[in-house]
Amino acid sequence: MIVQNNDLKLKLRAFLNNATSVQQKTDIDLLSLILRERVEKPVIYLGTSTCGMVAGAGKTLQAINNYLTEKEINAEVVEVGCIGLCSVEPVLDVQLPGRARVSFQRVTADKVDYILDGVLNNELPAEDVFYQYPQTKSEPWPKVPFINQIPFFANQNRIVLKNCGIINPADIVEYIAGGGYRALVKTIRNYTSEKVCAIVEESGLKGRGGGGYPTGLKWKTTLMTADDDKFMICNADESDPGAFMDRALIEGDPHRVIEGIAIAAYAIGAGKAYIYIRAEYDLAFKRMKNALQQAYDFGVLGNNVMDSGVNVFISVRQGAGAFVCGEETALIASIEGRRGMPRNKPPYPAEHGLFEKPTVVNNVETLANIPSILDNGPQWFASIGTQSSKGTKVFAMSGKIKNTGLAEVSMGTSLRDLVFTIGGGIKKAKRFKALQIGGPSGSCMPESLLDTRVDYDELKLNGLMMGSGGIVVMDEDTCMIDIAKFFTDFLQKESCGKCIPCREGTKRILEILRHITMKPGDEKGHETLERFKGVMQLENLAGVIRDTSLCGLGRTAPNPVLSTLRWFRDEYEEHIFDRKCRAGICRELRTFSIDVEKCTGCTACYKKCPENAIVGSPRLPHFIIADKCIGCGICFDTCKFVAISVS
Amino acid sequence: MGRAIRELLENQPNLNRDRLIPILQEIQDENGYLSEEAIIVTAEFLKLPTSKIYGVATYYDQFRFEPRGKYHIRICRGTACHVEGSLNFLNELEKLLKIKSGQTSRDGLFSLDIVRCIGACGLAPVMDVNEEFYTGFSISDLSRIINTYRIKE
Repeated sequence: MIVQNNDLKLKLRAFLNNATSVQQKTDIDLLSLILRERVEKPVIYLGTSTCGMVAGAGKTLQAINNYLTEKEINAEVVEVGCIGLCSVEPVLDVQLPGRARVSFQRVTADKVDYILDGVLNNELPAEDVFYQYPQTKSEPWPKVPFINQIPFFANQNRIVLKNCGIINPADIVEYIAGGGYRALVKTIRNYTSEKVCAIVEESGLKGRGGGGYPTGLKWKTTLMTADDDKFMICNADESDPGAFMDRALIEGDPHRVIEGIAIAAYAIGAGKAYIYIRAEYDLAFKRMKNALQQAYDFGVLGNNVMDSGVNVFISVRQGAGAFVCGEETALIASIEGRRGMPRNKPPYPAEHGLFEKPTVVNNVETLANIPSILDNGPQWFASIGTQSSKGTKVFAMSGKIKNTGLAEVSMGTSLRDLVFTIGGGIKKAKRFKALQIGGPSGSCMPESLLDTRVDYDELKLNGLMMGSGGIVVMDEDTCMIDIAKFFTDFLQKESCGKCIPCREGTKRILEILRHITMKPGDEKGHETLERFKGVMQLENLAGVIRDTSLCGLGRTAPNPVLSTLRWFRDEYEEHIFDRKCRAGICRELRTFSIDVEKCTGCTACYKKCPENAIVGSPRLPHFIIADKCIGCGICFDTCKFVAISVS
Repeated sequence: MGRAIRELLENQPNLNRDRLIPILQEIQDENGYLSEEAIIVTAEFLKLPTSKIYGVATYYDQFRFEPRGKYHIRICRGTACHVEGSLNFLNELEKLLKIKSGQTSRDGLFSLDIVRCIGACGLAPVMDVNEEFYTGFSISDLSRIINTYRIKE
């Protein structure tokens, strides 16, 4: 289906113009054909987002095309976005004429022939089949669960992710046929800018990027600021490691984001908007550029949008790899071509933003909520969620959890449900230890807080923050000091260097943490006491950084340390006093020894030891010199006779 | 190389300050890195001091000042990858290639970079060699992966 088809374009424009009623039977037929409610030939869908590609979807796609050419089968291959369940990628769906769309999991290239052979002959290979879609116009497959019976999907409420993994993101036609751009046309034809701000304010939508500031209010402030030029910026600089919902959204449903931006630009009176996409997201950048081109061609962007007299221009900018550019003033500086460093607020960007004009910066997920709010009304949105937090939130789940991926849940869902029901619990039957929420500067929380509900206020009350919605699950094999060290190292490297407490303080924190996990040296003197003094100063130092830094990065930089100190203090004490790491992660605290009985004297470990800490002659038992050993564990991995033990 | 860069700069829609980062990105896409010459020529066109341009370029992680190797390896050091042990993988790669991250091996074959999350956390650990991705590998797989590229030469 291509937009160049003028007849189709005219029909869809008519459909958009007269959105509420589609009377003609031919039109209904056309729409159901575009939406693939019925298909005339087999359709094969493959998830080719970054996560799919990383899992090998590129090779799978090639194998599918080879199979189809070889067997001379006339079928349509559609590349879709990510359905959200990364752990079973690549996901392949097949829809035969008259039959329900059925999904297969972990379809690597070698499985393609087998699966397609089966399904094209109406026989499902039992072990690879995952679920099917409930479709009214087609016959379901026997003995295959529906998608809403799978626990991962059953407990979600997909509004923002509605189209992700279902439609072809590279084709505007599919988005429009599914009801897309209707909200935009309705808004610019029927509502004033003030009215749009009021609707969004009434819905109770809060910024999904982490701040949780009411979106409607932000828009209103900018609208009220008098200036000839205003700017709208969509912040897709998703630099929190562990968060990937913005990437999935842009790759899987770019037009929803575009529609949200266009409505926002209209609401604040901006003629020009920017999308700032992170440097590492190549595919998202390409998909967004392609989607923008289609939107211009179709006439839902550009001069005189759908003959309404409104102009909206969106251009896309690629970031250059700086974590702090997620902060709005830093992001603005980066678009202006300067070093992305935050500046003092106020004045807020709403008054003094890009090129010194009033500017709104909104997160991708926030903007992706906008079309459905205007489509269904603010009351509908406000009816989802809790008293203080409305709507849904997308979480990116990773780490030691069974079902890694993206899940969109209503506000008010407990974190326990998220981890154990949707996430499927911990991998390899290990025990849950901690959950890290809110990105690198978020908090690590213990199991006792798992019943906290997803709600801006409730999380805050427990000393946690929503952040952008990345969740990393850790099991008993994770060392909390190591995690604190990792995040502090990350934040220290990404600190822009403007404020001294953040630039120098994070470095000192890292130093103290390194000291704690360092190899026990000479235990004479007061080393243990010094280490403990370090921890006492750690809390004080963290407080100073938090209170005296300018931007969000500095103010939250001590969070990983403070939260692990609060909830996992015993582990710190173990490291400091007993000089041991219960998870066995802090390598310098490990000691290795060779079992004389088991050692055959093969010299394998002797040859591999980087510090020459192993002595011994061939065919005689070897020994490790404890003073020289750096605890790298190479000998442990090398030994074929299990003669080396670690404590 | 200077000619190509000049051509690229002449074809820009405008030469305002806000085009600086996109221009540097285009140059890096073409050449794989930012040479001293590239920065001087850009400064000339944008009428900015070279120090400003160098200041911007060094601020951002994306820009490299050394040519890329024939096989460019990026290893993810995001949270999920860290939990799966990516620090050990990085150390092993540095040892195998005898270079640090951000550097290029002397024979120009390999270069190594750390990337702060590719956004495929569900499949951690993740690394890629010239956009060919590897996931769920273990430390012993690394030398095998590197060797498949060495053998190609």
